[in-house]
Amino acid sequence: MVSTPRAGAITASESVRRAIQGSRTDWRSLVFEGVLLALLVLTLAILAWLLTVVFVNGTPVLAERGIDFLTAPLSARPEEAGVGQAIGGSLWLMGFVVLLSFPIGIGAAVYLEEYARDTWFTRLVNTIVRNLAGVPSIVYGLLGLAIFVVSLRDVVGPGSASGRSLIAGGLTMAILVLPIVIITSAEALRAVPAAIREAAFGVGATRWEVVRSHVLPYAAPGILTGTILSMARAFGETAPLILVGAVIGGFNVQYDNVIETLQGRYTALPTTVYYWARQPASFAGNVYAAIVVLIVVLLLVNALAIYLRNRFDRRW
Amino acid sequence: MTAAQGHPSPPLSIADLRGSAGRRRRELVVRVLFMGAASLSIVISALIILSLVGEALTFITQVDLGLLVERGWFPRRDLFSIQTIVVGTLLVAGIGMLVATPLGIAAAIYLSEYASPRVRRTVKPILEVLAGIPSVVLGYFALQIISPTVVDNVCPGGADLSNLAAAGIGVGILITPLIASVAEDAMYAVPRSLREASYGLGARKRTTSLRIVFPAAISGIVAALILGLSRGIGETMVVAIAAGATGGSLFTVNPCGQGQTMTGAMTALATGSDQVRGATLAFPSLFFVGLLLFLFTLALNVLADQFVRRVRIRY
Repeated sequence: MVSTPRAGAITASESVRRAIQGSRTDWRSLVFEGVLLALLVLTLAILAWLLTVVFVNGTPVLAERGIDFLTAPLSARPEEAGVGQAIGGSLWLMGFVVLLSFPIGIGAAVYLEEYARDTWFTRLVNTIVRNLAGVPSIVYGLLGLAIFVVSLRDVVGPGSASGRSLIAGGLTMAILVLPIVIITSAEALRAVPAAIREAAFGVGATRWEVVRSHVLPYAAPGILTGTILSMARAFGETAPLILVGAVIGGFNVQYDNVIETLQGRYTALPTTVYYWARQPASFAGNVYAAIVVLIVVLLLVNALAIYLRNRFDRRW
Repeated sequence: MTAAQGHPSPPLSIADLRGSAGRRRRELVVRVLFMGAASLSIVISALIILSLVGEALTFITQVDLGLLVERGWFPRRDLFSIQTIVVGTLLVAGIGMLVATPLGIAAAIYLSEYASPRVRRTVKPILEVLAGIPSVVLGYFALQIISPTVVDNVCPGGADLSNLAAAGIGVGILITPLIASVAEDAMYAVPRSLREASYGLGARKRTTSLRIVFPAAISGIVAALILGLSRGIGETMVVAIAAGATGGSLFTVNPCGQGQTMTGAMTALATGSDQVRGATLAFPSLFFVGLLLFLFTLALNVLADQFVRRVRIRY
């Protein structure tokens, strides 16, 4: 800028910008933003890497075996082993979650948000629910092992299952997701404005009528999203099932009726992945194929939850 | 209401306003049912503590306490070195935090302060997908991919196929979305007026993010890290698949080799299901380790809760 006036000539707006910003490029800010972006991209890249590895290795087996892989039972031979029993067991476990955790969890949330006053009891329950949600899943497995498998063996799984039955696994899973259902449902209920309730009380509705006809319908999308996500969590959960004795290995028992099935042995999709992961390398294709099935189901469930959230998202 | 047409209805009394007896009875029944549902969580936590403490007491009273400081964790041979699995757990969780802290915090700062609304809307659900990937999948990924491509090249002299470092990195990937999401919530909740005041004084975006928003959200960020650590300590499947040492492990601080963690030790005990019953102390030891794990994570969660509450009070 010291040479001829022409070489250093700048427009008025440029000179104002420089006066405010300083004339130097702010390298440190650029580097800072660049590092942040790079780390975020790295996180997303790891996800992409994982999905690529899984699908590249898993789809050939799925393409080759086709529907056979989805229906075949467990087997010691990788080319015959499939996830039929595992999918069946996982669906049964989901049944327990839907039938037990959802009504009890939503009921507890309604009590905490709509009925309970701020007493020591309410505060205790709230604290306990929050802490239960943070308990490692394997500890729930220990609970199920001590209560269902050992103490209640003759009820949940007499005979050959010796306690390690579908009921034990299902109840453990239902207990595991209960706190999550309570927390997400309570959040959805809290988002319903007080005016909705007051309007219903104003025309003489009782508390239950207010809840049933006003609060629950308005909170339904939020509750639904939360419950679907907690189901996804249960679907991918492995550790507690291993402790309460989901079959890892093969079993070829045919159960004739529902009672026998419930009191019999079972396996689930993620436990099958775990079992195959410990097998010789010839099972690698099967592991990836089973993971593809697992992830596709979870992605569909997640997408459904996100769709519901966006579809019914209400601003007050 | 029941009065016939043409006749004036009698004046209403308090009893009429109270509604029908059936309606009130239903109200009471519903209330009791909901209260029962809420009380169930108390029962569950009591059952957890009772079942853990009962067997843990059996273990602690019957075990020769000298065995707890042995040089290895081999429950089938009555060697119960608690330090082996605690140190293994801390190694895995520590490596996990080394991976997840920069990734999670950077994602939080970028999404909260720098990203356009569109990027935010796109990236947050993707992170949720990552959070939803089952740990058993990450365990296999850690064993098959991370161990040979990353750990083996970083460790001097190579590494075992299954090793603590691979498990730690897998755990780190698993808890990154958790840390990112909790920390982002905390930073996003910082009032706009603080940022505007900072810009008004001529501060840059970087200065505002680091000196204003970050300190204002520090409680939530610390809570995010504590929650991540708690999750990392309790994580099971990644360790069970990628850390090796299914039967037991000698005391080790070498992340490039196999090792045993508390959760890994528990799955190993459970998968050899038949032996667990036979061996005298292996079964109760499972519950003793579970109780330790429960107390560790409970303490961390309570601590994190305190930090979260501090944020709420201030704003």
